[in-house]
Amino acid sequence: MAKPLATIVSAGVTRFGAREGLYARELFVEAAREAFEECPNLSPRKDIDGLFVGQMSESYEHQAHVAPVIADWLGLLPVPAFRSEAACASSGVAMRCAVFAIQSGMHDVVLVGGVEKMTNLPTASATEILGMASDYPFEQWHGITFPAIFAMMATAHMAEYGTTEEQLAKVAVKNHENGALNPKAHFQKSITVDDVLSSRPVAWPLKLYDCSPISDGASCLVLTAPKLAKKFTDTPVHIIGSAQAQDTIGLFERSDVTTMNVTKLAAKKAYEMAGVRAKEIDVAEVHDCFTIAEIMAYEGLGFCKLGQGGKLIDEGITSLRGKLPVNTSGGLKAKGHPVGATGTAQASEIYLQLTGQAGKRQVRGAKIGLTHNLGGSASTGVVQVYLRGD
Amino acid sequence: MGLRCGRCKKVTAPPRSVCAHCASSDLSWTELPSGGRLVTYTVIHLPPAHFQGVAPYAIGIVEFGEGVRLPGMIKNVKFENMRIGMKLQTDFETTVPNDWPQWPRYFFREP
Repeated sequence: MAKPLATIVSAGVTRFGAREGLYARELFVEAAREAFEECPNLSPRKDIDGLFVGQMSESYEHQAHVAPVIADWLGLLPVPAFRSEAACASSGVAMRCAVFAIQSGMHDVVLVGGVEKMTNLPTASATEILGMASDYPFEQWHGITFPAIFAMMATAHMAEYGTTEEQLAKVAVKNHENGALNPKAHFQKSITVDDVLSSRPVAWPLKLYDCSPISDGASCLVLTAPKLAKKFTDTPVHIIGSAQAQDTIGLFERSDVTTMNVTKLAAKKAYEMAGVRAKEIDVAEVHDCFTIAEIMAYEGLGFCKLGQGGKLIDEGITSLRGKLPVNTSGGLKAKGHPVGATGTAQASEIYLQLTGQAGKRQVRGAKIGLTHNLGGSASTGVVQVYLRGD
Repeated sequence: MGLRCGRCKKVTAPPRSVCAHCASSDLSWTELPSGGRLVTYTVIHLPPAHFQGVAPYAIGIVEFGEGVRLPGMIKNVKFENMRIGMKLQTDFETTVPNDWPQWPRYFFREP
C-alpha cells in the first residue's frame, strides 16, 4: 500500500445542533476534550506542537482571529495556531495543512479541527453570511443564495440525465436513517420520501429537507507523524492520499453546471497517491450540503458513471448495509453542517469506522475510507483516502 | 460589454484584469449581444436578508454566445413557462441599490 502521510490517533466531535448559549471557542474545547479523553497517552500541553482550526466566517460571532482564542482556551499557548478558510471546506484544507506540516518534518503532533457557531442569528442573516462564499458582484448582488446555486445544478442535472426529485429525496431519507443511529447528529429522526417532497420549497427544485441545516458544532483530530503513532494508539488510521483542486467562484463561470470538476480532479490524485481505485473504498463521507451534491459526488468520485448517481441511490448501493455505504454519520443533512467543522467531522467518522468504533452504524470490516469536502459551489474540493493501520 | 483577448481571441465577461482563458493582458472592449439562452434556473423562496421583500423570485444563468454566461433575476416569466434553452433579453432596473455597488442591476426578461 501507499506510504502514510500522517496518522489519526484520536478524534472528537461535539453534538451538532442548536447549542444554545455556547460560543465557538467553548464548542471546540468540547470536541478537543473528547479527543484527549480517548487518547490517554497524549499529554496535550507537552505533545501538541500545532493547532490548525477551520472556520468559515468571523461574522456570526464578530470574532476574527479565532486560532489564538482556541489555543488559549485549550491551555495550549504559545503553540503556533492559525485559522483556515475555504468556505465549507475550511477544516478540509486545515487537514491538508496538517499533512503538509507533518510531511515537512516541522511538526510531529498537530491538533486539527473546525468549528462554526451559526444558530445565534436569524435564518435570513445566516443565509446571507453563507452566501459570502459565492461571487459578491455577480451572485450575491442578485440575491442568489447557496440553495439557489445548488438548485440550478439540480435543474440542469435533472434535464440532462433524468435525475428526479424522488431520487434527491432518497438521499435525505438515507442520511436521516443513518443520523438516527448517531448520538452526535443534529437530527436523529427518520424521515420518508413524502416528508421530503412535501417540505417547504427553499429554491426550486430543492425543498427544506433537501438542504443541510444551520447547525453549531466542532470537531477535531489528533494527527501525528506516522512513525510516532504507536506512542499514542494501538488503532491508528493513516491518511494515504490527500488532494485538492479549485474551480471558479461563480457557478456561471463554468462551462458545465452538471459536474464538479474539483471532485473529479482531487479524487483522481488522491486515488493515485493511495494506490486504490474507487471500487476499493469501503466507506465514504461525502459533501451533501444539498441532496443533489451527494448524487453529483457519486459521479465525480467514480462510484458510478456520469448521470447515473440517481440510479445508485435507487439501488440502495450507498445505504448503510449496501455495497458502498456513504455518509454513515448522517451526512451534512442529518448530522448537521456547522460549516467550519464539517471537514474534520467527516474524517472523524471515517476514523471511527476504520477503528470499529462506529457502534450501530458500523460498516463491518471497513479498512479503506474516503472523505470528500467541498467549499462553496465546489470552488474548492478536498478528497482524502484513509487506511486502517495495524 | 466584455473583453476580447488579442492573443487567444476569446471573450472574458464579466471583465477581469487578465484574460480568463490565457491570462494575457492584451484585452480590448467588445460589445456583447443583449440576448441569450437560459442554461439553468431556480426560484428562490428563502431569500437572504437584503432580499426579504422580494421573494419568491426566479434566478437563472443565461448564455450569450462564445461561452459568456451571466446570472441574474428573471422577471415576468411564469414558472410553468420556464424552459432550459428559452431566449431571454437583458434589461436594466431603473432604481439603484442603496448599498454597493451603486449602479442599476441588470435582469432578464422575455424578448
